[in-house]
Amino acid sequence: MSTASVPTTATFARRKPPAHVRRKRFLVGLANYSLVIVAAALFIAPFVFIFLTSLMTNDQALSPHLWPHPFRWQNFVDVFHKSPLWRWTLNSLIYMSLATLGLLLSSIPVAYALSRLRWRGRDAVFIVVLIALMLPPQVSVVPLYVMWAKAHLVGTLWPLIIPNCFGDAFSIFLLRQFFMTIPEEYLDAARVDGCGEFRILTTVVCRLAKPGIAAVALFSILYTFNDFFLPLLYTIDSPSHWTVPIGLAQFRSLHQVQWNLTMAATLLVMAPVVLLFFAAQRVFVEGVTLTGVKG
Amino acid sequence: MSLNTSVDAGAAALAAPVIDRTRAKRKAARRRRGLVLLFMSPWIVGFSVFFGYPIVYSAYLSFTHYDLLSAPRWIGTANYRYLFHDDPLVWPAVRNSLWIIAIGVPCQVVAAFGIAAMVARARAGVGLFRTIFYLPALAPPVVATLAFVYLLNPATGPVNLALSHLGINGPLWFQSPQWSKPSLVLLSMWQVGNTMIIFLAAILDVPKPLYESAQLDGDGAFQRLRWVTLPTISPVILFSVVIGVIYGLQYFTQAYVAANVASGQASQAGDQTVNNYGYPEGSTLFYPVLLYQQGFRYFNMGYASALSILLLGVAFVVTLLIILNSRRWVHYAGAERG
Repeated sequence: MSTASVPTTATFARRKPPAHVRRKRFLVGLANYSLVIVAAALFIAPFVFIFLTSLMTNDQALSPHLWPHPFRWQNFVDVFHKSPLWRWTLNSLIYMSLATLGLLLSSIPVAYALSRLRWRGRDAVFIVVLIALMLPPQVSVVPLYVMWAKAHLVGTLWPLIIPNCFGDAFSIFLLRQFFMTIPEEYLDAARVDGCGEFRILTTVVCRLAKPGIAAVALFSILYTFNDFFLPLLYTIDSPSHWTVPIGLAQFRSLHQVQWNLTMAATLLVMAPVVLLFFAAQRVFVEGVTLTGVKG
Repeated sequence: MSLNTSVDAGAAALAAPVIDRTRAKRKAARRRRGLVLLFMSPWIVGFSVFFGYPIVYSAYLSFTHYDLLSAPRWIGTANYRYLFHDDPLVWPAVRNSLWIIAIGVPCQVVAAFGIAAMVARARAGVGLFRTIFYLPALAPPVVATLAFVYLLNPATGPVNLALSHLGINGPLWFQSPQWSKPSLVLLSMWQVGNTMIIFLAAILDVPKPLYESAQLDGDGAFQRLRWVTLPTISPVILFSVVIGVIYGLQYFTQAYVAANVASGQASQAGDQTVNNYGYPEGSTLFYPVLLYQQGFRYFNMGYASALSILLLGVAFVVTLLIILNSRRWVHYAGAERG
């Protein structure tokens, strides 16, 4: 409905285009809408099937019927009995919170030094940060594993958390981009008032770059929650330290858990992420956009 | 004594303010250097302990035989000779990784651009559509992979059921060496939300007068897309190709989980002792999976180091090419702002 009304009001002030042009525009718009809706349906469909399967009985999940016959809401309770999902969630929360905290505390001063302090070699160091950011984590993983094995920390969450307390290349990069946008006048004003660089960082910069810091925290939360390679590396032989992704990946083979319960678990795991997204949608979209446009 | 010197210094300052000013300046410079060092210290420690040292040590380990139990034993270039000449899995793994970069990345970029262009054209509901197309990107990779193995189950999955209603005999997807990689590409196209959002923002940023002048020239919708939108946002497209290549080099999680779950599905018993890396028939054995298997399942640490050094070499060349070329798209962004 609105499709038809918007163009007419928009073109009202100007000269009306001839009828055949309007008809063509309308048809192109209509075709575009149908395409978007079909594509959107395709993107939504997997969620629908996951949801339907999570309500089936096990027998039905392996049958060609797509609509749950008895709706088995019990699945969402059974998941917790059949697997230590709480334990995995707790481990994920520990990893997530400590890593994010350490990452923010260590990356903010580095990003500040790389963006707002002037010193020789700054640009060279920034390029080194970029290189570290782009190299695959697998290039350094063997000696790191040896290191953590010698420290008797393989099989715990510490090898995942500790490196984050020493600056994370992606966060440094993103925070730097945010800090660059703060006008120099604010910092100069604080300097004139006798603020030391440390006070400027903790008061002026951190307050003005709050959306940036929120975005970095959000990305870190998502990254640690999704992280698979490192937890697999360090905790695979120690099931009491599994995070949610490791547990889920072993779900079927280890516990003989059925597809209906697996799908119920995936929904339970996705739910907090989606809720977080809706709660902080603006921060998300701005953060993602900034990584791309200003990269 | 020290009190005396400071009094002397105070007296000297009164007598010779010029000397004092340079001294104060030097002191301030030293303080500032200390401050920079202090602020940079987390990164300096982190970079040397968790990045610089491991790479150097990795280079050393790649010339040894090391199983974590006994000390590394120097074996010269044996690891590299085995890597380049004898290991039957290296070249398939390299080919698989190249495949996922050469086919997967263009598929993702085209999908993201197509969706972004369509959403940008929609006059109403841009926000709603953006959310719908972004949502799958929020599913953790493990979760999304699990879901796709189920959805693409050859016999009972909804996708093949839908295809059979259309009279099409669906492929075996994750159970077939020909279709396992395309299945993974399909999965990555479903999770293309991040790229799509970046493209959408860039398309909505294209200056309106450019479209209007194209319209005056009588260009149709498709021509405007081809000659106005595409060139204007090309830096962003280039950027996402770069990110895609970088991720392609470390492609691991989806391949590992898909092989693990699909093979468990095939054997019903879900036997963990069966070696299922790269299932089916090594078609999802990507280079990082091979490295993981050699290093952390077989504990061939020396050989895994050699594999990681080769990866480092390739990744470093790619990274360097990107950074050297980046001036171009940084320049674009600057020109836009100005």
